[in-house]
Formats: sequence, C-alpha cells, structure tokens
Amino acid sequence: MSAAEARPSAGAAPALDQRPTPPAQALIRGAHLLDPRGGLDGPGDVLVRDGRVAEVGAPGTLDAPAGCEVVEAEGLHAFPGFFDPHVHLRTPGREDEEDVASGTRAAAAGGYCGIVAMPNTDPVVDSAPVLRSLRDRARAEAHVGTAFLACVTRGQRGEELTEMAELRDAGALGFTDDGLPVERAGVLRQALQYQRLAGGVLCLHEEDRSLSGAGVMHEGAVSAGLGLAGIPSVSESTAIARDAAIAGYEDGRVHVQHVSARESVLAVEQAKRAGVRLTTEVTPHHLTLTDECVRSLDTGYKMNPPLREEADRLALVEALRSGTIDCVGTDHAPHAREEKEQPFEVAPMGVIGLETAFASLYTELVQPGLLELATLVERMSAGARVLDLTPPALSPGSPADLCLVDLDATWEVGEPGYESRSANSCFAGRELTGRVRMTVAGGAVAYRERTFAIEAV
Amino acid sequence: MRHLLSIADLRRDDIERVLDRAESFAEVSGREIKKVPTLRGRTIINLFYESSTRTSSSFELAAKRLSADLLNVKAQGSAVDKGESLKDTVHTLSAYDPAAIVIRSPHAGAAELVARWSPAAVVNAGDGKREHPTQALLDLFTLRRRAGRPLDGLNVWIVGDVLHSRVARSGILAFSRMGCDVTVCGPPTLIPRAIESLGCRVRYSLDDLAEADVIYALRMQHERMGGSLVPSLREYAARYQIDARRLGANQLLMHPGPVNRGVELDAAVIDSPQALISEQVESGVVVRMAVLYDLLAGGPDAHDRTGRSSGARRAPVAPQPA
Repeated sequence: MSAAEARPSAGAAPALDQRPTPPAQALIRGAHLLDPRGGLDGPGDVLVRDGRVAEVGAPGTLDAPAGCEVVEAEGLHAFPGFFDPHVHLRTPGREDEEDVASGTRAAAAGGYCGIVAMPNTDPVVDSAPVLRSLRDRARAEAHVGTAFLACVTRGQRGEELTEMAELRDAGALGFTDDGLPVERAGVLRQALQYQRLAGGVLCLHEEDRSLSGAGVMHEGAVSAGLGLAGIPSVSESTAIARDAAIAGYEDGRVHVQHVSARESVLAVEQAKRAGVRLTTEVTPHHLTLTDECVRSLDTGYKMNPPLREEADRLALVEALRSGTIDCVGTDHAPHAREEKEQPFEVAPMGVIGLETAFASLYTELVQPGLLELATLVERMSAGARVLDLTPPALSPGSPADLCLVDLDATWEVGEPGYESRSANSCFAGRELTGRVRMTVAGGAVAYRERTFAIEAV
Repeated sequence: MRHLLSIADLRRDDIERVLDRAESFAEVSGREIKKVPTLRGRTIINLFYESSTRTSSSFELAAKRLSADLLNVKAQGSAVDKGESLKDTVHTLSAYDPAAIVIRSPHAGAAELVARWSPAAVVNAGDGKREHPTQALLDLFTLRRRAGRPLDGLNVWIVGDVLHSRVARSGILAFSRMGCDVTVCGPPTLIPRAIESLGCRVRYSLDDLAEADVIYALRMQHERMGGSLVPSLREYAARYQIDARRLGANQLLMHPGPVNRGVELDAAVIDSPQALISEQVESGVVVRMAVLYDLLAGGPDAHDRTGRSSGARRAPVAPQPA
C-alpha cells in the first residue's frame, strides 16, 4: 500500500450544511434516467421516500404510496444532482451581492444539490468562529448542501498558516486562498506538510502575479488591439507546474481551480502522469467563450483567469472529455451592478454561473457534438468526489440528490430574472437549451420551476 | 459617422470625407475671421479625465470656430473628485442636451460607455492605452498635405513605446486603412505580443529604417520608465533615438508631441525641413472641426439639431451586463 493510500486525508469529511426541510416523498415517473457512474441510461421510475432513493424501476412499474407526490417526468432527463466545488457566496461582508439563501437558491435552480463556498469574504474565513457562524447560517438558510473551505493563510496574506487542524474540526472541507495564489513556495510547502495532520484538500488559485501583473484580460491579439494589459497563459501554467512539483515532493493532495489555458492542461497532464495527487476543475465560461468576446469591452466578460483563445477552449473541452480535467466548477462570482458598470479596466473580475452552467455546456458542447451528454453529467457532479465527498447517485439507498432537466426547452438567459442576487452573467441575453425543471437536494425538494399558464378566454 | 470611437469603425471613404472637409476648414483658418456659424446654438461638452493640453485646447478651438457653445469639464475639481461614477456624470451632463461629448479617459472603452449612456454624438479623445482616433486623422491630414498625393504604398515606421501608446494603435489602423505599409519598432519589452494581428510588421532595431518613407516617433513616457521595461533612457536613446544620422533627406518625421528632446528625438531633427511636428499641431484644430462637423452637421449619419441622432436609435454597443 502506498503512502498516498494509507492516508487519503486525515479526519472525516464533514457533512454538508442545509436548512431543515421535510424529506421528499415523490414518485418520478417516466424520466430518462442517466447516471453514468451507476451505469444507468434509459427510461425509468424513481421512488423517493423519506429523502432517499427507495427504488428505481422500469417505467410504469412503481406505484406511489399514500401521501407521495407523483411527478410526471416523461420527456425529461433525471441526472444525479450537480455539485459545484467553487462558489462565492459573498457572505459575510457583501450580502448585497449574494447571501447563503440567494446563492443556494441559484444553485438549486441550476440543478445543483451541493456547493462549496470560498473563504475570500470580508472578514475572510480564517478562524473557527467565523466558520462556525457561517455553518450556522447555512443550517438555517441553505437550499442545497453547502460546504466551506477555509483560508490556507491568515488573512489570506500568504504568510502564516491558519489553524488548519482546528478549522477542520470546525468543519472546513478543505483550504484555499482563492482569489489569490499562495505566492511563496515555502508557505505552500508548509501547508502541504501540515495537511498530514489536518487533512482536507488544498485548492489552489494558480497565478504567478509577477507575470500577470496589472493584466485585465488574456494576453494575445485582442489585448494588443485594445491596449489592455494582458494576463499571459504562462502565469497560470508555470504556477501549476511549480505547485504540482511541491505537492509531489510532499505527497500532498491538491486541487487546481479554474484551469483556463492549454499550457495549463499540459502541466496538469504531466503532474498526473508523474503520480501527483492532483485534480482540476474548469468553468463553463472557459469551456464556451473566448477572448474575442472582450472586443466589446463588456465587463460581463471580465474574470480571472481570463477568457483565452479558441485553441485554449478546445484543449479544455478535450481535457474535460478525457478526464485530465476532473470536473466542472462555476467560480460563481456575484458582483453589484454599479461595480460592473464601469470601464473594463476598473470593473471587478468575475461572473455568476450557477444557473446557466448545465444549459451553457449542453448548448455549446453537447449539442454540437464536442462532448457526450453522459460525460457532461458525470463531470457536473464529480466535484464532490474531488473533495472527498460521496458523489450523488440515482441508486437505491442513496440520499435523494437529483435534478430533472428538459433537454428540449430553450430559454433566454436573464429573461426570467436570476435567483442569484446579482445579474453579472456572461451569458445574459443568449438563447440556451436545457432547462432545469426540478432539483432535489439532500433529500428535499430544493427547486421547482415556476410555470404559469395563461389561457385566453 | 454617428460617433468617433475607434479608427476600426471607419471605412476609407469616411476618412477621406473628413480629411476633405478639414481642407475646407483649413481655408477658413487662413482668414482673419476664423469662425463659421455651422453649430450655432448647439452644445459640445469636453469631458476630460486626464490632463491634456493640445487635445483639449484644439477641441475647444474647433468647437468655438464652429460657433458651438462649449462646456469644459475636468475631472479635477468636479463631482468626479467626489466619487461620482462615469455613468452618473454622463447622465448629469446629458441633461444639458449636448450635441456632442468629447471624452478623454485613462480607461479603454470609456467612449463606448458614454455612447451607450448618452444620446449625444461621442468623440473618443483618447481612451487609456487603446486609441486616439482624432490624432490619427490629423496625422493622415498632415501627411497627405505634405505628400501631395494619396498615401498608398508609403512605408510608415512607428518607433518607440508601442505598448503604452494609444497613438500607435490608432496610427497602425489609420495608416493601413489608407494603403500604407506599417512597421512598428521599439524595444521588445514595449511591443505588445501579437501586435502583428493589427496588420503591421515588427522590428526591434532601426537597422532597416532607411526603407521608411515616414518615421513616426512616439513619445517616451517617463512615467513608464520604472521597472525593467527599458534599462535606462540612455540605452533607449542610443538604440531608438531619431537623429540627423538616422533621418534621411527624403524621409518625413512625425511625432504626436510633446517631444522629449534628447530622448526619442534629437534637437537637430525637430527643426529639420523633414519634420511635420508643428504642422501636426496646426492640423489638430481643422481636423477636429471636420470631425465635429461630420458628426453634427454634414456627415451621412449626422445627429440632427436636437442633439439626438437623426438615424435609427442606436443599438447598445454590446450586450449590457445587466
């Protein structure tokens, strides 16, 4: 047995926090069930009792017990609920942009049954009391299971480690200084050493700021034409290569957040081949958009890492398909409208993504034939496995974590408004295909699409 | 033209129309009374978020010579100083029903935002390091007058700090639109990656400078000299300064001003007969008159007298981040 297997991660993985809700009692009838990990792909019935998947059967074979809601789902697909390893809930500090209730409502509307919140809030989550108060709030307000990462370094200053062991005891799923890299190699090394005691995955925002500098978009032909300072791809890929080497040396467990460049895909491949315990995520916007969008100077396309070139986008799609990139994470980053209504160089980085993730990827990758539907569905929830949690499944005995999706429905992003408190979507105004009709999270109905029929008299 | 935001939005005939109009205003400038009544009763706002002497004063003179009412708003000492956002400032100024807003901003795309938020015609008087379209137009005007022929086939070398230069970016687009072959030359740290995509060649030394018909030297901005972009002004001048030895007798020399004597240009060439530098300044007023005229009175898409666009309502420049 290798050292890696001997200690996957010290300490037990904490449970997700969610508000108390009555467990779902529902018979979902006639949906196309697609659970790639469970080998399920065909029409069937799913009976949910007391918040768990009680039975899965051929279509029309299951009966609804008394008091059980029947959901007629013919024409819809049922997937294991999605899991997002990268969400900014902006709480505490910027509740005007998002809070636990609104952010998790947005997640539920996007088909998510679980999310992981980043700690770069105000104050940052670098001590157990802040973490405990957040968890209390999630237990009272969260519509879907919510886990929290804590900071790697105190105050996110990149200097001294947080009390990682106490934070783990208080329920931190893992650690990150997301928004900022752990700049000093020596600090990262200490965090990886300390991980042997504390456990928890180290999630890394990879950026060499001596290369990215004051950059506001991808460095390339578009930035040259706009006279905007560029963020070169190598600012990400060289940071990944460095951190992978350190993680390998310490046999640490790291997760690389929001990979954006083709050079980074190569660095990830190399690290994985070398046996480094490393996983990665990619965002829907990096999989579907390029820096050509920035020609409009629309601040809705400003984020970090930036949208890169078509060759990068295609490399990311291929890496997601092959599994080099493990999962989709949205990097849902709400911003107030007045902050985004500024010149491009001044506006803050980040876009919301929970409500559009599946539909944007289905429309831009599955429909054109770049990615199998089953692969997308698997990658949409693989973030749970990456962070040491059991991924959702449509199998008897599993907690009821699922979503019902209409793959024929098209909708205009933003037209019905957003569940998120912010509206900075980079897909605003686009026509997307694939609409989440219902989400069951942690055994409870977390979202139902509101439908109104107005009939002419 | 409805707005003048970027040279990239202009076709060659748009440019020629403006330059021809500038010729007719140049004729007016030769008279004792330099004023025409074209824009009488209409308001033009100069909204300057950066200090500027020649651009703001030439826009001011241009507006006055067209008989427009002019309002100068500088960031210093205005509500901007009190933290007012660009959007609120533009809404406030738009309440005065200006026919045109001329904006200079340290940020790329500011002019597009003004055009989105105001019904006025908008002129980009320099947005960050992106573009300075009226500078490019006056450069074309000056060069065309001196050359006395269409600019097709002229070999133009733009020399210096291309990375931080909005003049360079508008210049590359404008000279190539008029049929010139454009080369940019400077230290590799000051040439943006992939600048060739704008349609120019890149050189890192002046070795082949003799092939140039026109040498366009850029201002070396002292404030950019920190860090390691250029090791020293001395080394920069040794490699890239245009002096009497490098400037050929048949080459023309241009510079957007203000000149750093002894850095990008040697004093001897500034006063040489090949230099067009003072003509460029002179052209500033008539070309900006022509731009305002085209937007507000004479052009095919000119805004009508109410200050509102006479064409169809303009679509937003880009999908709005709601």
